[in-house]
Amino acid sequence: MTATDTVATTLADRPIDYEPTWRAYIRLYGTLMRTSIAQQFQYRTANYLYMIGMIAEPVVYLVVWQTIAEAQGGEVGGYTAGTFAAYYIVWTLVRNMNIVFTPFGWEERIREGQLSAQLVLPVHPIHYDLGSFAGWKVVVIALWLPIAGVLALVFRPTLDPTAGQIVAFAVAIWGAYLIRSLFLWLLGMLTFFTTRVTAIFEAYFAAELLLSGRLIPMALMPEWVQTLAMFLPFESTFGFPITALVGPITQEELVVGLLLQLFWIVVGAVAVRFAWRGAVKHYTAVSG
Amino acid sequence: MPSDAAVITTGLRKVFRVPVREAGLAAATRSLVRREHRDVVAVGGVDLRIEPGEVVGFLGPNGAGKTTTLKMLSGLLHPTSGTVRVLGHEPFRRERDYLRRMTLVMGNRNQLQWDLPALDSFELSRAIYRLPEDLFLRQRDELIDLLDLGALVDKPVRNLSLGERMKAEIANSLLHRPEILFLDEPTLGLDVTMQRRIRSFLADYNRRHGASVMLTTHYMADVEALCKRVIVIHHGAILFDGALTDLSEQFAAHKTLVVTLERPTDPSSWSRYGDVVASTPTRATLRVGREATAAVVASILSDHDVRDLTVEDPPIDEVIELAFASAEAPS
Repeated sequence: MTATDTVATTLADRPIDYEPTWRAYIRLYGTLMRTSIAQQFQYRTANYLYMIGMIAEPVVYLVVWQTIAEAQGGEVGGYTAGTFAAYYIVWTLVRNMNIVFTPFGWEERIREGQLSAQLVLPVHPIHYDLGSFAGWKVVVIALWLPIAGVLALVFRPTLDPTAGQIVAFAVAIWGAYLIRSLFLWLLGMLTFFTTRVTAIFEAYFAAELLLSGRLIPMALMPEWVQTLAMFLPFESTFGFPITALVGPITQEELVVGLLLQLFWIVVGAVAVRFAWRGAVKHYTAVSG
Repeated sequence: MPSDAAVITTGLRKVFRVPVREAGLAAATRSLVRREHRDVVAVGGVDLRIEPGEVVGFLGPNGAGKTTTLKMLSGLLHPTSGTVRVLGHEPFRRERDYLRRMTLVMGNRNQLQWDLPALDSFELSRAIYRLPEDLFLRQRDELIDLLDLGALVDKPVRNLSLGERMKAEIANSLLHRPEILFLDEPTLGLDVTMQRRIRSFLADYNRRHGASVMLTTHYMADVEALCKRVIVIHHGAILFDGALTDLSEQFAAHKTLVVTLERPTDPSSWSRYGDVVASTPTRATLRVGREATAAVVASILSDHDVRDLTVEDPPIDEVIELAFASAEAPS
């Protein structure tokens, strides 16, 4: 006698009326964000210390550029001490929005079996990272506001955005988050094929540092660097969101910047889709 | 052959290509220009058929191919060759319709959010599996009740003991009402009471829902409590597939007789019936060849005034060891 003899109907006879896909994704992202926020509240002090630690980098840049601006009669390439202050204070938020799942994390994810656990679930693992980190961003924004207030008191930024700039900025920081998530996922997938990925990751981050507006506002870079940056996704993740709020920027440039973000999101999503297929195929062939 | 089996595989095989390198600088230098590999057969052509509602124990020593097989059945590994269908799907395609109908629980891996109460992880599972609210609540409450989790689900998972975490883990993995359960060492590291609790829950779940269960374990008590059928795998090949009770028939060459006499006898006289495991003047435990058992029992009954006599197969873990040993023995 098998166990089926003891039940009136098996599970196969009682199909589940699953929620529609769109509602399921809204619920998934909502739950992931709520879960992540609850999780980050467990580490609120650590989060705050982490954010305060991150301020060191922009403050160094800011002090250097303000000194140069004052030494050159008040401005460098159109940036005054006040606009530099605005740039690097907004920088602190954009930098935090740029923190996504690191490509260095894939090795541990594979080694510890976390990836296998995700692969047996009926949802693409990227939604985990997008939803979870998005929840963290909500905490980050809340924690950032008082820090930005203190920085503003100390460095006196010149910031006078239009309503359009504020709206564009609010959209652009999430666009930046999506682009960086997708491209770093793409980069991390190299881990599936080779164990010698660290040098590649470092080269990518060096290029990003120089071509994104993180180190220096892109407007201060040589012409050829600005041209090169137009063909890469980095500026959409850093320089553009900052400039969208701080300026100087025209209405048309705002629209073009947002469209360019959309373009990189589509490129990233398509690339992740294909790379993921290959990565999983490789993973299920050799390790699982 | 009808195809409505829960699991059906033919010639299922998995070969891993692993790099090999000798120790030393010279070998390291050589490997820069010429990397050498060798093929390791983890699963070597396995034929399986598991019916809906069956609970099957999948046994073997470490490295036998159990986990590799479970990974192929759950879609984590692509077979090198052979065919595999589970609930009518080819698992390696990892179709969502398939993943929603199965679950894989690995005793050493965790799906629960470490810092949050298990209830939050349950909510997340609801979203992942797209469960309608009424079904989710019903299933969640039933699992909390069956696993006696009521007082635990609102504590952060990191504050739970290993056994409590495992119970919460199992509840989380069954919220979507899977039709097939792949359980890899679900009682690993748990104390005896918790092992028993999980066993009785799994038996109950199987009875209530008719779900198929494939279980790997090193604890023979799990097997005896849950599995009528066992599959023994060794070096990637199936050594035995059949009823648990038939396992002893095939691999145990002896039975154990426990005799209690009405009156004392000379303890040295027991040895004429078989190998003496333990003896006193009124009681003996003897190991007797399977074929000779009937004759030995008849002799003892005719030679002595017997108060009690039992004939037992050796313990199941001993039988399994014998099965592995038979596979290692030169043919």
